[in-house]
Amino acid sequence: MEHIVIIGNGIAGVTAARHIRKLSDKRITIISAESEFFFSRTALMYVYMGHMKFEHTQPYENDFWAKNRIELVHDYVHTVETDAKKVHLNSGRDIMYDKLILATGSISNKFGWPGQDLEGVQGLVSRQDLEQLEISAPNNKVCKRAVIIGGGLIGVELAEMMASRQIPVTFLIREKGFWSGVLPMPNAEMISRHVRSHHIDLREEEEMAQIIADDSGKVKSIITKKGDVIPCDFVGICAGVRPRIEFLENSSIELQRGIMVDRYLETSVKDVYAIGDCAQQREPVGERKPIEAVWYTGRMMGEALAQTICGNPTKWNPGHWFNSAKFFDIEYQTYGWVWSNPKEGHDHFHWQHADDKRAVTIEYDLATRKFIGINTFGIRMKHEVFDVWLSNSKTVDHVVENLDKACFNPEFFEKPFKKIKQAFTTIQQIKA
Amino acid sequence: MSIYQRNMSLTGEPPKALSTTEKIASASGMVGLFILVLAFFNVNLPWKGAWLTASLVLISSGIITFARAQYSHKQAGIKNDGVWFKDLSSRGFWGWVLAIFLTSFYIVLYFFPATLGQGTDGAANTGLIGLFDPLSYLLKGQAASQWFVYGTLYTVAILSFGIKFILKYRHNSYEVIRTGSVMFFQTTFAFLIPEIMAGLNSTKDLPYYDLKNVWPLNYYLFEQWNVNALLVNGSLGMTMLLFGIASILVITPILTYKYGKRWYCSWVCGCGGLAETAGDSFRQLSDKSTGAWKIERWLVHSVLVFAVISTVGIVHSYLPKNNIYKIWEDGAVVKQYETFFTQSNFLILVGVGLTIIFALIWIFRRNELKQDARYGAIGFLFTILAFIGIHFMAGTDNLFFFNHGAVKSAYGFLIGAVFSGVIGTGFYPILGNRAWCRFGCPMAAILGLQQRLFSKFRITTNGGQCISCGNCSTYCEMGIDVRSYAQKGENIVRASCVGCGICSAVCPRGVLKLENGPLEGRINSDAVLLGQEPDLMELLSDNKN
Repeated sequence: MEHIVIIGNGIAGVTAARHIRKLSDKRITIISAESEFFFSRTALMYVYMGHMKFEHTQPYENDFWAKNRIELVHDYVHTVETDAKKVHLNSGRDIMYDKLILATGSISNKFGWPGQDLEGVQGLVSRQDLEQLEISAPNNKVCKRAVIIGGGLIGVELAEMMASRQIPVTFLIREKGFWSGVLPMPNAEMISRHVRSHHIDLREEEEMAQIIADDSGKVKSIITKKGDVIPCDFVGICAGVRPRIEFLENSSIELQRGIMVDRYLETSVKDVYAIGDCAQQREPVGERKPIEAVWYTGRMMGEALAQTICGNPTKWNPGHWFNSAKFFDIEYQTYGWVWSNPKEGHDHFHWQHADDKRAVTIEYDLATRKFIGINTFGIRMKHEVFDVWLSNSKTVDHVVENLDKACFNPEFFEKPFKKIKQAFTTIQQIKA
Repeated sequence: MSIYQRNMSLTGEPPKALSTTEKIASASGMVGLFILVLAFFNVNLPWKGAWLTASLVLISSGIITFARAQYSHKQAGIKNDGVWFKDLSSRGFWGWVLAIFLTSFYIVLYFFPATLGQGTDGAANTGLIGLFDPLSYLLKGQAASQWFVYGTLYTVAILSFGIKFILKYRHNSYEVIRTGSVMFFQTTFAFLIPEIMAGLNSTKDLPYYDLKNVWPLNYYLFEQWNVNALLVNGSLGMTMLLFGIASILVITPILTYKYGKRWYCSWVCGCGGLAETAGDSFRQLSDKSTGAWKIERWLVHSVLVFAVISTVGIVHSYLPKNNIYKIWEDGAVVKQYETFFTQSNFLILVGVGLTIIFALIWIFRRNELKQDARYGAIGFLFTILAFIGIHFMAGTDNLFFFNHGAVKSAYGFLIGAVFSGVIGTGFYPILGNRAWCRFGCPMAAILGLQQRLFSKFRITTNGGQCISCGNCSTYCEMGIDVRSYAQKGENIVRASCVGCGICSAVCPRGVLKLENGPLEGRINSDAVLLGQEPDLMELLSDNKN
């Protein structure tokens, strides 16, 4: 019986395992050092905030794995020997594989800041990071101030976590508005205002220069590039993530930033595949980046690779881009592409509610009026409807006219679509 | 998730101590409660009306002030911070203290009303019940009873905690409107109208009748004293009896078809009302394991069968052998009716009715039932039919071998008192706020069958946006593992769902929505998560079938 070994029990690895089991009888082994059972990393923040206990983040009951004949190995892989088709574990055990799936995920980016390895400096990617956080910042007496570096999704989550325990937060971001590398300026500024309204000391266009230690080797303060000294007991490093691939450096698998894969998610070595955050596409798909550290991408790569492994060679061919997040109280969804600045020949339509918590940005082609993508804030939208609209190349006028058909808000919620339509019509008239 | 990993010590600390306002609010509530305790220990309070008013005002304003201090300075949104760190809401010490206190209160209320000061044999009320006399006289011109005390406190709880709930979920129109509805139905239909009705007619009492309380939740609807009381009241009483029957057979199925059982369980029902308002802090404690799910399905449907048997026995016991129904009072016949409902006709009718219902489900909805549900349904039907058959062959007066009185009092004791009160509410801080609705309510079982088999209601999931975080499952008070559906992209069509809407509210990605839609495609077991190119979607979809 063919033995499939999966390194990493995140969403990518586990989805691959589940789908291989659905399609076949192959022997499946998942190796992870992080946790015995699969849990949803996206939910780590809720454990710290006290919304959930850790066991609530585990989507399957513990007997699920044995029932589905998926072997779990709680260990660390230190090397992979592709010639002998073997992985070596820290415990000294070797596991032979017929096919190997690398789904090792990512680690926090560190850019060589002085003091970046001090006690009290960390990112938030793994369960171990969360355990460390409980030591460094259990409350606002041990941690009198936290500094968070980097204005991305993990940064704002960490800020929300700290705020839930009344720990004062200084949040340094390089850009002029929150996540403005991705969000158009009006959206970015709205989120910046929202973050500040939760008493977060958000400092834009500011970067960290170095971290200063106290006598015991713990963080004492940081110095910003503008020269400000901010005393703090915790520094959250949230300047993006990079693939976790060091253990493969002496293997024959081709690496760049991530593990190089072709469109079938196969690495340079036969029978070795990589999926999720750690995989780097040789040829990016459409407008997508070669490495996508996105939960949904991990899930979908797992689905696609399971087909290939089970004898139905399937290219990694994702559908229309989508993503979502929540910034404190504002939910964000995006379908299709909305660039921070409209691409050439494109334009943005912005609408914002007076409450400063709801907004829509639509990107469209000026000449053909083709709908390119939408960002929504505080308004829930139906994935399926936008998928169809994007596939059928609907116009921006059609989309704005029919927005209410894509609404996924709960019953009795106020629907702002009339106002959005009016604003759109007015702007079109002015432009015409 | 029955076997949790217990080796992780991710323990946080409560975010903060109580603020000054919260302390004052707690003190106010405690003083209000203390007045009730004084009355309970028979401290003679003059001006009872004033003391009672003071007590109720202090308690409710304490709750409301506390809630305001908790939520009003925060922005509108989901505020579950520290729920699992707080002792009270995570089965900690104070959770157990509260559970024991509530349980003791229910035991005294149901089984030892004399302890509360209920006057017997015409004696005046004393103690706690005596304290409530002025309000009772005001509403219906009679002295209070233990149920009046309970009804008043119940209503105060739903109103005050309802305001707390509304403050907490003020960003969510569905929750605000739904809670307003529950508060309205409790105050008027469950409390004021029946009390006033009972007081209006002093010579021939109209029975205390909560119009929204439907059989089998209202398990005494068909008891002789209740039926007689309705019948002697002429056309109004008759209308009420017919309304009671229409509620079960016509009104309930139609509303459930259109809106799911939530119209009752989350918008109208008093038990649900208390669970949603006073019990909201405990919703995360419901057990989500498949083990609990199995227990739930067998238990709640067994209670339903028990309720049917008990009611059939009771009705049978007072129906005439021939076709004349007589109402006796003080040894004399006060009224008599010609009736089709003789004992035999009634039993045949019940047998035929149940068989038809069973046959309809079997013919049209068989594939929607799980294996164990099919076995259960067959088993339950044959149990009831066998009882009826044996009765005809044996020809005894006692239906089902046992004395109908014994069945009735067993039902009243086990289900009406122990389950719905003592365990159902007393154990909020341990089993979650809907333990009764989930494991014991026969009404929820009937509505659940309707919801599962022919309702337009479902919870839909949004394409591929679920991140499996588990907030929905954690905060489902009915113990449904919502996430297991959401992460597969399946609609959630469950008999137990009461449509409280909290799963949708706590979802950080906006993936869940309560909807009424067409019956076709409601149970889409082949649904897949979106995101892939179309060919792979088709493959995935095939492989799921």
